[in-house]
Amino acid sequence: MKFGHYIEVGKMDELGRMDSPMHRLDSRVKTLTTIAFIVTVMSFSRYEVAALTPFFIYPLSLMAIGRIPPGYIVRKLLIASPFALAVGIVNPLLDQRVMGSLGAHGISGGWLSFASIVIRFSLTVSAALTLVACTGIHRLCAGLEKMGLPRVFVVQLCLLYRYLFVIVDEGLRMRRGVEIRTMGRRNLGFSTYVSLIGHLLLRAMDRAQRVYQAMVSRGFAGHFHVIRPTVIRWKDVAFMVGWVLFFAVARVWDIPTAIGNFLVGGVV
Amino acid sequence: MIEARNLSFAYPDGTDALRSVSFCIRQGESVGIIGCNGAGKSTLLLHLNGYLTPTCGEMRVADIPITRQTVAMARRAVGLVFQDSDDQLFMATVSEDVAFGPINLGLTDDEIERRVKAALDRVGVAHLCDRPPHKLSGGEKRSVAIATVLAMEPDILVMDEPSSNLDPRARRRLIELLRSFEHTRIIATHDLEMVVEVCSRVIVLNGGTVAADGPTREILNDEMLMLAHGLERPHILRHFHPH
Repeated sequence: MKFGHYIEVGKMDELGRMDSPMHRLDSRVKTLTTIAFIVTVMSFSRYEVAALTPFFIYPLSLMAIGRIPPGYIVRKLLIASPFALAVGIVNPLLDQRVMGSLGAHGISGGWLSFASIVIRFSLTVSAALTLVACTGIHRLCAGLEKMGLPRVFVVQLCLLYRYLFVIVDEGLRMRRGVEIRTMGRRNLGFSTYVSLIGHLLLRAMDRAQRVYQAMVSRGFAGHFHVIRPTVIRWKDVAFMVGWVLFFAVARVWDIPTAIGNFLVGGVV
Repeated sequence: MIEARNLSFAYPDGTDALRSVSFCIRQGESVGIIGCNGAGKSTLLLHLNGYLTPTCGEMRVADIPITRQTVAMARRAVGLVFQDSDDQLFMATVSEDVAFGPINLGLTDDEIERRVKAALDRVGVAHLCDRPPHKLSGGEKRSVAIATVLAMEPDILVMDEPSSNLDPRARRRLIELLRSFEHTRIIATHDLEMVVEVCSRVIVLNGGTVAADGPTREILNDEMLMLAHGLERPHILRHFHPH
C-alpha cells in the first residue's frame, strides 16, 4: 500500500470536512480571494524575487488557521514541482546577463527568473491546494456555481475529482494483481505496461459507468445540490477586503526592500 | 406493480441479452431472479428502473410504461442496490451519501435529515454516519448501500447479488432485514439458500428468456430443471434445516 500512502487518497476530503474558522468562511469569498492572490502573484515582472516573499503569508496563514498540516501541502507541491522545474530550468543557460548580486557573486537574469518561477509556482499551487483543503471540493464547486460558473463545468469538476478516486482505486487493485505474479521483478517490459495502462483505462471507465448508474438511480439529473447553502457574513467580507488590501500593498510597495532600507537607514 | 411485456434487449455490439421476457410482479411480492452467469439477470435489473431502454417490448411500473418522460417517476418508485457497494457509494461521508437521493428529490432540509436518520436506523448503522464510506468493512458498506436506497422511500426494492462477499453473520442479518421489508422485492442472486428464505416466487432466466416462473419451493425442488439451467437444488430444501 506504499503507493496509496504516497498519493494519500481521501486525505483532501478528510481535511475539507474539518471544522475551523477558515472552513466556516464562505467558499465564494475564499475562491475569489485566492484568485486575486494568484493574479497578483503572476503580475510581477519575470525577474522579481524579493518582492514576492511577503505573499507566503497568505497560504501560510490559511494553513495555520485552517489547521492544514503544512507537510501535506509541501508533499503535494513536490509531486507537482517537476513541471515548474522543467519550465524554468533552461533559463540560467539562455539568459546569462548579470542582473543582481549576492555578496560578491553576480547573479544572472536566468537564475533570477528561474527562482521567480519556482517561488510563483510554490505560492500559487500551495494557495490553491490550501483552498481545496480548507473548503472541500463539494462546497467549492457549489460556490463556483453560485458565482455563475456554467453548471456543466461545475459538474465536470466534481466528477473529475471523483474519477481520480476511481482510477487510483482501480490502479491499486491492478498493481496488487501484477505484484503477486511478478516475484519482485521491476522491469516488466514495454508491452506489458502498454497493456496495463490500456486495461486501467477500460476498467476505470467501466467502474465510472457503474458509479454513474448508481447516481442516476438516485435521481441525479446533472446537478449537485448542497444541503445547507451558506450566506456571506461580515466576517467573510472582512476576510476578502483585508487580504485584497494586503495584496495591493505588497504589489505596489516592495515590502522586503523597504524594511531592509529602513533597518539599514536605522543603523547608519 | 411492475410488469415486463415482451421485453427484448440487444447490446450495441449485437449480443442478445434479453429475448421476449414477460412477467408481472404484484405489490409486496418477493421475487428471486435466478440463472447462470450471463443469463441476463443484471441486464434485466437495469431495465427495471429505466437505465436501459428495451429494443423491443416495454417495462411498466405502476401500470405506466417507462419512457423518457416517465423515467424519473420510475426511478423514484424503484430503488436499485448494486452488486458492488463501492459503485454505489461515492460521497465523502455516509450521511452525505444517504442524503444524495433525497436531495435530488428536492425535499426540505428537515425531511432529508429525517430520512437519512430513518434509513440508517433501519439497517442498523446509524453510528457510521460521519465515516467516509471507502473506509468501512464489506458488510457495513452493503448496509449503507441499502440505506441510500431506502432513503428514497421506493415502493420496489431491486437488488443485484445482495449477499455476495458477506460473512455468515452479515449475510444472516441481511436475510432478516430483507424478510422484514414490506416493499416489493426483486432479488437477482446465485445464493439459492437465501432465495428460499426470502422469496416466495422465482423467475429462472436462461439465455435471455424466462425458463420458469413460479413458487420458490416448487421450482427449486425440481432437480432436473435446476441442473438444466446451470443451477442446483439448494441444501435447505434437501435437509429441511438451514446451514
